[in-house]
Amino acid sequence: MSERRLADLLAMWRVRAFEEKVRELRLAGPIVGSVHLCIGQEAIPVGACDVLEPEDALFATYRGHGWALARGVPAERMFAELLGRRTGVNGGRGGSAYFTAAEYGFHGENSIVGAGAPIACGAALAGRYDGSNRAAVTVFGDGAMNQGAVHEAMNFAAAFSLPVVFICENNRYSELTPIADMVRTSRLADRAAAYGMPGHRIDGNDVEAVRFHVRDALEVAKEHGGPTLLECMTERIVGHYIGDAENYRKPGELDRIRAREPIARLRAGLLADGVPAAEIDAVEARARAEMETAAAAALAAPFADPATAREHLYA
Amino acid sequence: MPETTPQIRKLNYGEAVNAALHRLMEELPETLVYGEDVGVPGGVFGVTRGLRKQFGDRAFDTPISESAILGSAVGAAMMGRRPIIEIMWADFSLVALDQIVNQAANVRYVSGGRLTAPLTIRTQQGNAPGACAQHSQCLEALFLHVPGLRVAMPSTPQDAYDLLVTAVHCDDPVLVIENRTLYFGAKEEVTVGGPVRPLGGARVRRPGSDVTVVTWGAMTARVLDAAEALAADGIEAEVLETPWLNPFDTEAVLASAGRTGRLAVVHEANVTGGFGAEVVARVAGAGVPLLAPPIRVGAPDVRMPAAPILAQALLPDADRIAGEVRALVKG
Repeated sequence: MSERRLADLLAMWRVRAFEEKVRELRLAGPIVGSVHLCIGQEAIPVGACDVLEPEDALFATYRGHGWALARGVPAERMFAELLGRRTGVNGGRGGSAYFTAAEYGFHGENSIVGAGAPIACGAALAGRYDGSNRAAVTVFGDGAMNQGAVHEAMNFAAAFSLPVVFICENNRYSELTPIADMVRTSRLADRAAAYGMPGHRIDGNDVEAVRFHVRDALEVAKEHGGPTLLECMTERIVGHYIGDAENYRKPGELDRIRAREPIARLRAGLLADGVPAAEIDAVEARARAEMETAAAAALAAPFADPATAREHLYA
Repeated sequence: MPETTPQIRKLNYGEAVNAALHRLMEELPETLVYGEDVGVPGGVFGVTRGLRKQFGDRAFDTPISESAILGSAVGAAMMGRRPIIEIMWADFSLVALDQIVNQAANVRYVSGGRLTAPLTIRTQQGNAPGACAQHSQCLEALFLHVPGLRVAMPSTPQDAYDLLVTAVHCDDPVLVIENRTLYFGAKEEVTVGGPVRPLGGARVRRPGSDVTVVTWGAMTARVLDAAEALAADGIEAEVLETPWLNPFDTEAVLASAGRTGRLAVVHEANVTGGFGAEVVARVAGAGVPLLAPPIRVGAPDVRMPAAPILAQALLPDADRIAGEVRALVKG
């Protein structure tokens, strides 16, 4: 049991160490542009990707680095992508907010809020004809719950009993605005009933709870057909983007968030179960070392070739 | 591409689209046809009739949800299907432009070709008597501004058949913009089941030596009528139809304008920012020597009123086209 929890811890630390290294490179200069980190939300991609099969499709958002890593996309190629290098997963065409690595079952970030949900419906629909038994997972934030495309996708998936798992990462902020001010009801998961699908609000900072519910939703999707909405409650410890002044935070809010963030929680649980602190700390060190090596390799790679900027537009 | 023995059938434009859809569903098992009312009802214009019966759940009806229709087509295409979806009116595509512009058009480029979105969007546009301002717009220029999308606008039954077959076989997202005023037109001999014309290219619908008139879509017939009237005045207009707007056969336009020394571009869309401006710019940019400044003929920059008497005051018809081309030639 503690072995799996240590594996979860490593997976979450890999995401966090990646994100922290990205922040360092963004502030130092080599990474440019808009970057959205998922620090504090690591339990959701780690728990969910653990139960995805290779044939399943995964559509994430611009806060998608953690999803890609958890799905198996190599960190070095992700750093390279953010750095605009030739070795990036998309050779620098996707960047931080819109990269794709279908060869790893990661069908892309999306920098349009909610746009991945209808696309995921299509990936699920395709499975009906190609005999793959594919499920499609689409990830979005609480803010996307107010996008028309997400409503359309939920109804479309429900009407046609498509194997789609809608994962809402509710970090309580629609970009810089509290979601509580933008909806009248408090539980977004309750909307599932209106589409005739199951909906659950779960603890998104508990990797085991995420794993359990996503596995269940995938089973429903694949064995009986039909979508599920999972509202995963979480909080980001960082801004909406690097540079966000976060003046919307209440006093003491970040301290409260840090006390219940997934890595600290899992660490406390492992310590309580008698796992030696040194063993736990070694996990963090291992993840950080991996990301340092990956980032260094990416930084050493050649920039994307400007002569290729017009390629791959048409068949 | 696979094809059966060519066969000549008498079909109108709508029937030609229907024949192409039947062929595509037969020869490409990965195709799907879906959209609002296209399955059991067979489409509001009857264009998808018979597909549901013959191909079962590969042809189906959807909710009135353009984002879900277009977005699911992008996702299904990424996964190896070849969706042919219908957006009932081009005006309705505006509800879900994100899925066309931000999503479909980016898939191949951003992934460096490792993911593709071979989907075909069939829609129809333009004014017909009584249609309101939200069912009359000609929007091709919006899509032509977007790199990554192919755009075709057939005007004859043969092109309605050929261009759709080519579009669906193409591995890019393609928008085929039909026109409902053409669906129930005269039956013509259409070669079906054989090889079709490749992507791109122009059609010389009438040769002439005094002026080149470039046009596409439903305007083609009006331009041909105008050319008849001009011929009676001794003006020989070369009518060059460009059913493919992306890729656009610039070379054919340059060659024709170089021969005639005069250029008019006629489209139903509003003049400002219309694709006619692009055609004129390409001819000017290529340095083709012209005897007179080129002209654009289109709808003025006005919303489209419903009453036929009002709409007719705005839309280019054969008389207006002939008048403007005559003035261009006579100076």
